[in-house]
Amino acid sequence: MGLSEPRTLAPFGRRTLSVTERREVGAYVVLAADDPAGPLPRAGQFYMLAAAERWGGREDERPFLPRAFSVLRARERAAGEERAADEERAADEERAADEERAADEERAAGEERAAGEERAAGEERAAGGSAGGECGVALEFMLEAVGPGTARLAELQPGDGLHVTGPLGIGFPDPHDGRRALLCGGGVGTAPLAIWQDELLARGEPAPTLLGFRDAAHAPGATLLQNARVATDDGSHGHHGLVTDLLAAELDAGDDVVVYACGPPPMLEAVRALCEERAVPSRLALESGMACGYGACFGCVVKLRGGGYLRLCVDGPVLDGELLAEVPAH
Amino acid sequence: MTVEFCGLRLAHPIVNGSGTFDAIAARRTFGDQLLESFPFAAFVSKTITLQPRHGNPPPRIYEAPAGMINSIGLPNKGLHAYLTDDLPQLAQLPVPIITNVMGSTSNELAELVTALEDRPQIDAIELNVSCPNVETGLDIGADPHELHAVVARLRPLTAKPLIVKLTPNTADVAAVAQAAEDAGADAVSLINTLRAYAPHPTRAGAAWLGNATGGLSGPAVRAVALAQVREVARRICIPVVGMGGVQSGLHAGSMLEAGATLVAVGTENFRDPAAGTRISRELDDLFANSGHKSDRTAGA
Repeated sequence: MGLSEPRTLAPFGRRTLSVTERREVGAYVVLAADDPAGPLPRAGQFYMLAAAERWGGREDERPFLPRAFSVLRARERAAGEERAADEERAADEERAADEERAADEERAAGEERAAGEERAAGEERAAGGSAGGECGVALEFMLEAVGPGTARLAELQPGDGLHVTGPLGIGFPDPHDGRRALLCGGGVGTAPLAIWQDELLARGEPAPTLLGFRDAAHAPGATLLQNARVATDDGSHGHHGLVTDLLAAELDAGDDVVVYACGPPPMLEAVRALCEERAVPSRLALESGMACGYGACFGCVVKLRGGGYLRLCVDGPVLDGELLAEVPAH
Repeated sequence: MTVEFCGLRLAHPIVNGSGTFDAIAARRTFGDQLLESFPFAAFVSKTITLQPRHGNPPPRIYEAPAGMINSIGLPNKGLHAYLTDDLPQLAQLPVPIITNVMGSTSNELAELVTALEDRPQIDAIELNVSCPNVETGLDIGADPHELHAVVARLRPLTAKPLIVKLTPNTADVAAVAQAAEDAGADAVSLINTLRAYAPHPTRAGAAWLGNATGGLSGPAVRAVALAQVREVARRICIPVVGMGGVQSGLHAGSMLEAGATLVAVGTENFRDPAAGTRISRELDDLFANSGHKSDRTAGA
């Protein structure tokens, strides 16, 4: 920790983005959104997400709290892109205004004015931001509908509002001591490895990438990364077995690596134990139920090997595997 | 819309509930922008105890219908580290600091209050006598006689405003509030969380939370909070900090109408770190556009 920690500061407060794309990748949904006021996140950082509309009212009147998602992919938006998007939006608004005018001229004028003010405010924020590109960033998130929150997020369509707070937490630190990066992910936990692989490839440091999935429906998640070797629990794709089988073989071939891992707790624990056994450093991106994502609620703690707890949202979610005696099952 | 509260002049009536905003962690996340647009008119610290506490085993939170249950267990660095590590950083905030403390005996509380009295950076002290998810069960704040004795013991130890945070988990909250006032408290704050339990979704008979029971907060408790604030404000003359499920300026306005002088935002901070800013702005608009009387908020 300290000055060198891979953390991009977040703009203060929740902001509302517009979903630009929704695509299905096997059992997963990838949501893309433009973040005009946002900075470029570091690989491994996360965002708290909530649908701007109808967040609540499902099973048990949930969801209520926002949901934490590691960013799948991020890139700075080009100046032309910003203009094109603005023109598109302006055209949309004009079209809408035309339709409205037919029905209610006065109301349309009011909405146009409001939209203009909103846009101006957005530009002002973007100009004030320091860490991001001048035109903001395009973000992607990977999700799977497993509960009321993820189900609501997974049904969002282009144009729908997405509340975000972020980027949050600390991302992946660089490999050190001349070691190479090795990426190992499982399920929806492949997300932070995609942006990390993008960064490593851009630096000319390709890393072996091992991904595990439950079955044929989930295996297409591997296409979100390049050159991934796949393991599936049901043998439908790649190695029939666990991704940690692939990891063990990879470490047999050479253990001058840092293992970057994210996935379900049992997988992450297997990675941690394997790395400990081989004296290989590991950087684990953990997940936890979170209420806030910025250190306020103390709800997302993980038990440390030396006793006591650490908040995953501000001191993680990426942790040095050595800090943990085990990856908790929750 | 400035507010006078226990001799403090505040820019607006919105503060945070104790334990719902960590200004130091927030600054690590949002940088100095946090100081430039700090969402609250005063900052209320998380509960500080004499000795450090690790807090409860996870899971610590559960999403409930229109709210959440927490059993955090008051993790904190302890008094010494709070004063040496945290207070200098908190003193950089552009607003007054209210330090919340809890002790399991009146001697412990006396030691805490005496230590805080020495610190000019601290503007007021809030006594947590209501946390439902710690230890034995007998809450000081559940019994008027017990509370009177404790507050009377602490009152001579400090010239700073003493705020007593009341628990809703008691038979007669107004009687406890009355005891606080009689013993010399400068204000009361309420409500704390309502004692709550969540079953494990898959393991029959097991609890979800690591500590089994916790406290319910969020919009689910707002109606209860309004009733209790109203009842307490009618009984006592000292100012009331009202909280419980406030998510908008309209909700804050309801708290003021129920008799609160300040309104604390808690769980909504988790959903939006800048909720306090939005709520105080909405409250301003409410006053500008309606017949709300702003003099109602000018406390004793």
